[in-house]
Parts: sequence; C-alpha cells; structure tokens
Amino acid sequence: MTISAERPTQVDDHSPVSPVAVKEPRGFGSGWRGQHLGTAIIAGFLGYVFGHWLGNYIASSYSYIANSGQNSVADFLALAFMVVGWYVGIGALNYPLAKMFGREPAHEVEYTGFGKYFRYNLDHKVVGLQYVVGVLLFLFTGGLLAMAIRTELLNPTTHFFNAGTYIEIVSEHGTIMMMMATSIVVGPLGNYFVPLMIGARRMAFPRIEAFSFWTFLIGYAVIFSALPFGGFPTGWTGYAPLQTQAGPGMISYLFGFAVIGVGMMTAGFNLAITVVNYRAPGMTWSRVPVFVWGILSTAALLTLATPVLFSAGLFGVLDKTAQTAFYVTEHGGSSFLWENLFWFFGHPEVYIMALPGFGIVGEIIPVFTRKPLFAYRIAAAGMIGVALLSFFVWQHHLFQSGIDPDMRPLFMLTTELISIPTGFIFLVGMGTLYRAKIRFEVPMLFCMAVYFNFLIGGVTGVFLSDVPVNVTVHGGFFVLSHFHYTIMGGLVFAFFAGLYFWLPKMTGKVMNKKLGLWHFWTMFVFFNMTFFPMFFIGLLGQPRRVFTYAKNLQSWNDFSSISAYLLGLSFLIFVANLMWSQFISPVKSPANPWDSLGLEWQTATPIPRHNFDRIPVIMTDPYHYSEEGAPALADFSGGAKTNMSSETVPGNDPT
Amino acid sequence: MTSENSSKDEVNHLQRITLIWIVLSVVGDLLYWFLVGPHVPPGRMTETASANQEDFNILFLVAWPVLIGIWEYMLYAVVNWRSKKAGVPESVGGPRAAENRKAETSWIVITTVAVLLLAAFGTVEVIVDHGSGGGEGPNPIWNPSGAVKADAAALAGTATWSPNSSQVLPVQVIAQQWKFTYRYPTFGGFESAYLILPVNTEIAFNVTSLDVIHSFWAYQLSIKADANPQQNNVAYTKTLHTGSFEVRCSELCGIWHGSMFNSGNVVSQSAFMAWATKTEAANAQNTKNLPPFAWTYVPDANGAAGGYYIDGTVTPYSPVEVYGSKQPGS
Repeated sequence: MTISAERPTQVDDHSPVSPVAVKEPRGFGSGWRGQHLGTAIIAGFLGYVFGHWLGNYIASSYSYIANSGQNSVADFLALAFMVVGWYVGIGALNYPLAKMFGREPAHEVEYTGFGKYFRYNLDHKVVGLQYVVGVLLFLFTGGLLAMAIRTELLNPTTHFFNAGTYIEIVSEHGTIMMMMATSIVVGPLGNYFVPLMIGARRMAFPRIEAFSFWTFLIGYAVIFSALPFGGFPTGWTGYAPLQTQAGPGMISYLFGFAVIGVGMMTAGFNLAITVVNYRAPGMTWSRVPVFVWGILSTAALLTLATPVLFSAGLFGVLDKTAQTAFYVTEHGGSSFLWENLFWFFGHPEVYIMALPGFGIVGEIIPVFTRKPLFAYRIAAAGMIGVALLSFFVWQHHLFQSGIDPDMRPLFMLTTELISIPTGFIFLVGMGTLYRAKIRFEVPMLFCMAVYFNFLIGGVTGVFLSDVPVNVTVHGGFFVLSHFHYTIMGGLVFAFFAGLYFWLPKMTGKVMNKKLGLWHFWTMFVFFNMTFFPMFFIGLLGQPRRVFTYAKNLQSWNDFSSISAYLLGLSFLIFVANLMWSQFISPVKSPANPWDSLGLEWQTATPIPRHNFDRIPVIMTDPYHYSEEGAPALADFSGGAKTNMSSETVPGNDPT
Repeated sequence: MTSENSSKDEVNHLQRITLIWIVLSVVGDLLYWFLVGPHVPPGRMTETASANQEDFNILFLVAWPVLIGIWEYMLYAVVNWRSKKAGVPESVGGPRAAENRKAETSWIVITTVAVLLLAAFGTVEVIVDHGSGGGEGPNPIWNPSGAVKADAAALAGTATWSPNSSQVLPVQVIAQQWKFTYRYPTFGGFESAYLILPVNTEIAFNVTSLDVIHSFWAYQLSIKADANPQQNNVAYTKTLHTGSFEVRCSELCGIWHGSMFNSGNVVSQSAFMAWATKTEAANAQNTKNLPPFAWTYVPDANGAAGGYYIDGTVTPYSPVEVYGSKQPGS
C-alpha cells in the first residue's frame, strides 16, 4: 500500500495531537481555505499598522533621538504587534487561547496537499521541509549581501555604496547569517530526523515545533524591517553606546534577536525533551546515533544560552522606549553590561553553530567507509564537553576591552581547553577513515571538506585565544576569516553533506550526482580561495567592517572578492541541482540509497505520517558496518502497535 | 586475511604515515622559523611587538605539525583506502575497528598536554610582558616599574620626563568619532593630532573615548586597547627602534570606522624632547581652553558631537559650553 495525498489521515490514539480526516482535493490552488501563510502575512501587516498607531497614540511626539522625527515606541509596538498578528494569522494561537478560556479546542484540520507546507503543520517531517526553505531563504539573502560587501572592497577609494549603506549591508549580512546558522541544521535536519532516529512517532511538542518555525520565519521580516529605517550601524554585535546612538533600525535588530531567540529556545527544549523522553525501547544512551548527540548538546545550549540574548535585546528596547539606562554610561548604565551579556550568549552560540555539524559528519562517515564509528563514546563525550566549556569562555572576546586583566589567564586557559573535546571529533573521524573502503559520494566529500576547513578554523582559534597574539589579530580580518572557516567551512558544508545525504529520504527523489560534484568542488575551492587570503589581509593590518582600506592590500582583497563571486556561482549550481532533481526531472529514490544502517532509513519512502507502524525495539547501535552478519538493528514488529500502517521496508533490515 | 598479516599491515601504514609526518613537520617548521618567522607582523619596533611576534611563531611551530598531520592522514586515506569497485564494498575490520584504547588514550594525553603547555606559555608571556600591549583596564596589574607612579604624577600635574632618565612616559589617547588625538600630561597636557614617541622608552598608553567604543590599534607597536567612554584603559610597551607606525580603529564605531586612522613616529629621545617642548609652547593658548587633564572626560549633556544623549536639559551643541568662551584654534 502506498501513501497518496488523497488518503485521509487517521486518528492516532496514542497522540494528544488528534488530526481529523479532511478530504481535500490535490493541487496548489485548492488549499487556500483556513489559515495559512497568506492570512499570516495579512494579519501581520494589520498588526504592524495597529501597533504603529497605538505607539503614536500612547506616546505621541516621543522621540529618543532629538529631532529625528522617529517615535521609538511606535516603531517597537509596530513590530511587536506584527509578530502577534503573524501568530494569529497562521493559527498558532488557536489552541492555547481556546485552552486558556476553558474551551475544548477544535481538532486541527490536517491538510494533505501541497498546501500543508504553507500552514501551521504539526508533522515534524513537514516542519523539517519548511525549515529547509526557511534557512535557504536566510542563507541566500545573507549571501547576496556578502557579494555586495566584496564588491565594495574591490577598491579602497572608488566606492560602489556610500559609507552608510555599506555599514547597513555589513550589519544585515552578519545578523542574518548568524540567525540562519543557529537553525540551519537543528531546524531542517534536527526536526526531521531526530524522531526517526530515536524511533519516535513525533516530537514531544508538535505545536511548539511548528511555533518555533513560524517564529524563525517572522524573525526574517523583523530584521529586514531595519532597512527602510536606515538599517543599524553596529554590525551583528550591536555594541552600546553605538547602539544607543543608532536610529530606529536598531529596534529591529534588538527585537529581531529577541524574536529569533524565542524560536531558538522553543526549538531547543522541544528537541531536548524529545530525545530524553521519546526514545524507543532499547534505545539506550550508548545506542543513540551520534547526530542525535550533536542535536542534544546543541539543544542544551539553545535552551540555556538564548534567554540571555532575549533579555539583553529587550533591555536595549527598554532603553530606547522607556528611557531606562541599562547600557547608557552617563546615566549609570554600562556598555560593558551589553558586551558581557551579548557574549555570554554569543560564545555558546558559536558552538550552536558547530556541534550539529560534528553530529552530521559522525553520522555520515561510517556509511561511506563501511566501518563503525570509531570511539563512539568519545564522540559523545566530546560534544558534551564542548557544550559545557562553551559557557566559560565568553570573555576571550573582550581581552583588550578594558575588563579586569586578572581574568585573562583563566579565559585563555578555558578557551584553549575547548580544543581538547573538539580534538575528540577529529580522533573519531580519522579513526573511522583508518583502513576503510571509502566511497566518495557527494555527502562524503562534503564531510571530508568539513574536516579540512574546520581544522584551519580550529587551529587559528588557538592563535586568537593566546592573549599576546590576540593583540595583533583581534578585530581584524584574521578573526573574520577564522569564524568563516568554522561556521561556513564547518557548519554550512556539513549542512550540505546532510542535505545531499538525507534529501532522498525527505523528498523521495535523488539529487543529481554530476551537478552535486560540480557544486562540491566549486564550493570547496572557491571557499578556500575567498577566505584563506583574509588571514593575510588581517595580519597585514586590515580591521573588520571597514569601508576603505590601505592601498597596498588591494590585490589581496580583489583576489578574495573575485573568488567570492565564484563561490556565489557554486550556490547557483546547488539551486540548479535542487530544481532539476526535485522538480524538473525527478528520479525516484530507493528507500535506502546509501545502504545505511540508520533507523531513519529503515522506513518506507515517502515516510508514513506516523513514521513507524509499531514502535521499533532497538537491539544495537546503528554502526555495525564492519561485521558480516551483524545483529539486527531493531525489531520492527515487537513494539507497541497503533492503528496506523507504516510500510516499514521488509527485508531491508541489516541482518 | 589472518590476524597476523593484518597487524603487520597496520604497523606498515602507521609507520609510513608517521615517517612522512615527521619529515613534513620538521621541514615545514624549519622553513617557517628561518624564512617566514622574522617577517611576521607586527615586526620588532617595540618590546611587545617582538614578544608577540615570537609568540605567534612559537604557536605556528606547534600548529603546523597538527595541520599537516591531519591533512597528510586524510590524503593518505583518500589515496590508499578508497573503494575501488562500484557498489557497496564488503565489510572491513570486524567489530574491533570500533575501538582502539591505545590510540584514544594517546590522542587525549597528547592534546591535553599540548593545550596546557600553550596556556601556561601564554600566561607567562602576558605577565612577563606587562599585558603584552593589550588594554588592561583602569587598574593594570602587570605594570613596568615606575608606570603607576608616572600615571599618578601625570594626573597630579607633577609628571616630568627628560631624555636618558629611563622614566615612563604617560600618553593619553582620546578616541572620538572618527579620529584619534593624543595628550601629553608631562608637557602641560597639550593635545596633538599625531603620536610622536621617544625611542628606548617605556610608554604608558591611557586610552579613553568621548562617545562610542573605539579600539586604539597601533599596529607596529603591537598595542591594542579598546577606548571606552568614561573609562581609562591602560596598555604598556617599550619602544626599541625609530620609524613610523600606523594607528587604526579596530572596533566598529559607526559609518566612518574604516577612515579612522592616522600615523605616528618613534624618534630619538632628544628629537622627541625638542618636538614636545616646542609644541607645548606653540599650543599653550589652545591647551588653556581644553578641559583640565583627566583620565576620562564626561561629554556635556548633548554628547561630544551634539545631540545623542537625551537629558532633562537639552540644548543645542555649543562649543562655548564645552571649551569656555575662548574657542580653540583649529
């Protein structure tokens, strides 16, 4: 029996989320009843207009910056009500409001056509795909801004933008990319595959899962609402007093991070609770796939570090609207308060952008080496170690800032200690490669590139953590190159490894290998050609975020800029591949194209609505690639039964 | 394949990898140390510059074997351990491929020892070198002898400096959007747009800002200290060679951040003395109109550039209010 879009979804007795059957004809135009993206946009717009009116009504002629003609209260309330309107429009509030007023909420209508991707959908597999589109939207917008930055830096004296526009572009690029990177793996691949990998039918809190996605998406609108107000001049770090001095675009930044922060916290604790409580019987902690360890450690950071950012952002909003003085030195506040709050979040954030990548490479490499994951326990220990230590390193961003110098040896030590658990990840990878039979499929190539790039990013991190060397490299292009090597070279490459690896499962269609190889090689080569010269540019004395620079650095900068354009083109190859393989000329994928032992591959393609017919009973860890006649991964007929049919692939278990 | 053969094979692989690694590490480190190392920024104009250059080079000596080791191993794997047949290769290694206690333990021990040594080395360097030229905040704990006394005397207006006296020279760096200026408390507190320093002299940089956070980065001197409003951030170095150097802002401070740079010179002690006494006299009228010398300056209600900070009494920016009735010359 195959799943078709017409098939009505049935009631799952074991789930508090009880979708009722709905007969909906297939097709794009048919699904525009009820609440969806369109109603959310309309309600968001109405919310914006209302909030702006309200702000002007309750605080008329209030202006934070003298003679600017901007009412900060109205600017903030407009954005706040835009977000509320968005929630109302998409239907996020239907269920909680009904409960709050003591009414039994109506059953959610579960749509089955293409329209389900535009709705508040409670299926983790739909949310995963929604997130794929969402993070690509962030990634490509940020990428275009990066092209603009490199264009401006082609020449130190001839300018393509004016100084104000340039700093807007730099700030938007940094902020949008940081927001993207917090969710690029956790959102799409975490939400989609964590339940499948641990043998669960759904996430612990499906409504909160959908809420985290729609919050992430409206964050995009909030942060870009800065542009009509002249942007913000602070870069992604938003340091006060520049923040205090900045115009109304700053409110979009402060509130934008608070909104994205809500998305991160909800996504994080939902994933953590799912992993802790929804593992199938037999899925002990020593059998949990390493990708799940990566997501679990990331989820811990998302849950514990993000509240600091959320509060810090709202303090800034209060400074601008209620005239508090958290960050205003002259009125008893402190610019150091922002620096510390920001980086107390900001450094765990850096590992939010690394750990999921470690998880992906650990998951993929055994499949293509036909070997067990080397030193599994050390891999898990490494990720947890990184997550713990990441809370104790934040002041290394402030070595030269004028903080108490006593703290420097301590933060130098903790920062360098973090390279020990990071080294575990390399031990695991290199050990798995040892005497393997490696298949160089596209996902495997991306994994090798992660190790290549992250090594450079990690080693330069040790240079940065050394206080004497930090004097030269802090605040320059050296550090810029360093974190692009870890975030783009590590996380974004790992994301593409995961996407090429798992898309056949997510969509049922294989990606074109030839285009995939072109994408990989162009991206790998031009990434290194773009960012490696920046180490030299930085050492030769170019500070970050500059509009103009020393004449003698022009050839280095031009080399980097031209490589950056070619790097941009490699993303177009990916888009072409995505369009070609998924929409124009799709080739159906077998249920398990890479011959993986992972639990997620033992389901049918497309994956049934509730994943598993019976909850599988896990017998062993999923990495027994090296053994002929290895024990079966799971018993698919022994677990609790539902009235759902799941088409678990017969004969595809690893025996 | 018998287990005896396989263990022999294993040794051969590891031996070969290790041998190549040792050769590449030693050759690379030697080439770096003799050919590249002496030219690494920030050069050797000051004590902190040469110490920080040496620090960078020692880190590189450790980093290069790590980099080349992993790269060589990966390349070796790509060449030797790739599946030659199409399709899914048969299983290799058996269950014992999942663990190797010896490899795991030695990896952990080696990385831990290396990291602890690096941290200890960095700590010693930062203490011995009086903060390595980084900003230590208002209460520096690693200071060269005489520096605290010189700063205290500067504030009291009793500081002196003369050639060949081996006294510490306090200099104040004032950052504002978007320029750096410098005040010399030992010479009546005159303000200069250029930074001139005597050679072979211990300098105490006292960095502050009038508006947002800037960062005073004297590239060739290897000094970097954030300029915070209403905070004095102190950094030390000792000049060793004469020559010119560049000063840049390395903390985003608004739209003209990239244009916030100027240059300075390290000159002989007698030339410095001549320049300082001459400029003190020439600027005497302007210096009188400056705010009295202090480590920090509170901008007036409207902010140094006017109109940023709201206050109960908002008045338009007035140079008269800031500088008194006599306005400074340009």
